[in-house]
Amino acid sequence: MALDSLLNSPRKLTRGLLDSHLVESLLTPNPVERYVGMIDPVWSRRDVRAKVVAVERQTPRSVTLTLEPNSNWNGFEPGQHVGVTVEIDGRLTTRFYSPAGAAAGKGLELTITRHPGGKVSEHLADIAAPGMVVGLSPAEGEFTLPSTRPDHLLLISGGSGITPVMSMLRTLCAEGHDRPVTFLHFARTPQDAIYARELQALGEAHANLNVVTVFTREGTKPQHLTRATLKSICPDYLAAETYVCGPNALVDAAEKLWKRDRNADRLHTEPFTLPEPTVVAADATGSVTFKRSGIAVENDGQSLLLQAEQGNLSPRHGCRMGICHTCVCRVESGTVRHVRTGEVKTLNNELVQICVNAPVGDIEIDL
Amino acid sequence: MPKTATKHTGAVADPEFQLTPEQLDLFGEELDALRERVLDDLGQRDSDYIHNILNAQRGFEVAGRGMLFLSFIPPAWIAGTISLSISKILDNMEIGHNVMHGQYDWTQDPRLDSTQFEWDTSSPSENWKDSHNYQHHTHTNIVGKDRDIGYGILRMSEEQPWHPYYLGNLLYATLLMTFFEYGVAMHDLEVERMVSGEISFADKRKEFDNIWTKVRRQAIKDYVLFPLLAGPMAPAVFAGNFTANIARNVWSFMIIFCGHFPEGVEEFTEEETENETRGQWYYRQILGSANLTGGKLFHIMSGNLSHQIEHHLFPDIPAHRYAEIAVEVREACARFGIPYNTGPLHKQFGSVVKKIARLSLP
Repeated sequence: MALDSLLNSPRKLTRGLLDSHLVESLLTPNPVERYVGMIDPVWSRRDVRAKVVAVERQTPRSVTLTLEPNSNWNGFEPGQHVGVTVEIDGRLTTRFYSPAGAAAGKGLELTITRHPGGKVSEHLADIAAPGMVVGLSPAEGEFTLPSTRPDHLLLISGGSGITPVMSMLRTLCAEGHDRPVTFLHFARTPQDAIYARELQALGEAHANLNVVTVFTREGTKPQHLTRATLKSICPDYLAAETYVCGPNALVDAAEKLWKRDRNADRLHTEPFTLPEPTVVAADATGSVTFKRSGIAVENDGQSLLLQAEQGNLSPRHGCRMGICHTCVCRVESGTVRHVRTGEVKTLNNELVQICVNAPVGDIEIDL
Repeated sequence: MPKTATKHTGAVADPEFQLTPEQLDLFGEELDALRERVLDDLGQRDSDYIHNILNAQRGFEVAGRGMLFLSFIPPAWIAGTISLSISKILDNMEIGHNVMHGQYDWTQDPRLDSTQFEWDTSSPSENWKDSHNYQHHTHTNIVGKDRDIGYGILRMSEEQPWHPYYLGNLLYATLLMTFFEYGVAMHDLEVERMVSGEISFADKRKEFDNIWTKVRRQAIKDYVLFPLLAGPMAPAVFAGNFTANIARNVWSFMIIFCGHFPEGVEEFTEEETENETRGQWYYRQILGSANLTGGKLFHIMSGNLSHQIEHHLFPDIPAHRYAEIAVEVREACARFGIPYNTGPLHKQFGSVVKKIARLSLP
């Protein structure tokens, strides 16, 4: 009986208590977390949060974090990514990273590569330390291995793109996968090769695994992804299920090659896009998508509020001059220009006052 | 536009202060520049500050309620009630009012999200934000548009025609002060317009339902659940919670009424505020507000509404910044010849009480 199971598990009982109507009424209007947070900042009723328990700096430009998520974490499929939220200069900022560990493993391993100008990557590379608490989103993404593991696998990565395919590789090894796997990694220099030692060890331990690392900035001729390279490393690469993750250039090259060989459905890619640079143009281009209302209009350069009203929506508003914050809405992605100050901001799931901000280029807003 | 104030209530030193449109534009630009400078500077310091206040509020609340459970030790009841009062005051003023103004939306922290925050008092956040952030702050001190002038039950301005009902002005004010959380909760119902027949109850059904839900939840929490949990200490917990709510009501009433009603604060007509420029808007906010002097702790406990002028100039800048901003604002006002109304609590509130008494008579 449900009560029995509750009583037999102190964890379930506590959970049940914290979720109960009684506790909610005692603490109203504040969420339970407000109080539990005094003892445990990682606990949450619904949100996924994690504590950093170990920090390793394998290479000069990267940092590897081991995270312990709270009980709301539902695991991940190898190759998927998670949103990591950290506080930088008072602001909560989210970026996506792919866990690098085996899917069934305990904890979560993230390797973040420092990108010049990358707010979150530089912040984490500089100050990440055990004890830090971060927000996580549930794992998402379709760049994953099928549950029936393919007979022939080719895993290609460049730079920080190694993380999802590393997760795939570690998962396969943990499962005792014994069919051929080729792991091709492009790194700038040997100092930048993340997981180099482990890859070498795995290659030696598993007869079915072929690990090749190519250094793109060594030697007189920079090496990139070409048909010749592929044929020399993995002669029957066209028969393999291929996963490619890395900078746009690598992904584009792969897509071109596979398309030429009419083999596109065996190729799976995940470009690691960097945060968009802020757009300077004040021209009205792009379209404004009102996600909740399911409509989109051509951006005419006016404030989001005016464009919404012209589209026959009636968003909440107040002073219409940027003071009262009644019109605050969430922009999922896009760039805005403040109509008075001209300040341009690129947004990622953030709140803005729609009466004093106009879209620059494409924008998606929760309205 | 208010080139000269319409109502001189005596304390303004020079009734002939006149600013030309050009001067007002310059003044507006200066304040705009100050605002942008501060907004650009917002960062870790501000996030740390508000989280410290949040932690303090939680601590006082848990300690307060905990000590009330131990009321069989009399000092525990006193300490518990004081602690709970402090927590309610912090939640209401430095946290609630400021967060709901959107002062911390830039952190993207869901705990500080003005669109979602709910405060520990009977007024529903949604109603409050509409009547306060939008109506009061946009139409500050415009008689006929700013319903904070009188809250619909008091006579706070000479422009409100006298009626024998107002003989009870001091009594109504005292009742409003004691049960301020309910007065604020009902503010959005616009009862005075229902009484005059302008609107019907049906028009306000949705607001009423919101209010009733919030009032019920708060009352059940403080007056039923916690007392019941305390077993034999129930009456003491009830009394402690009741007293803490009253303490918060009285304190917030005093601070809030000192914002726009001390001697010397100006009112405006709808005509003269039509088509206001930005400089004129800033000007009206200064003339229509008054500050309170005090130490750092006083400012925190007043939710920095002691800096009512700065708050009205920049309602969405984190309030703990107002003290620094005030130095520049005061200097700019001196330079432009704009009066700046400030004084200690007893003096400002004393003049408010005198005004309430005076306006109870024709």
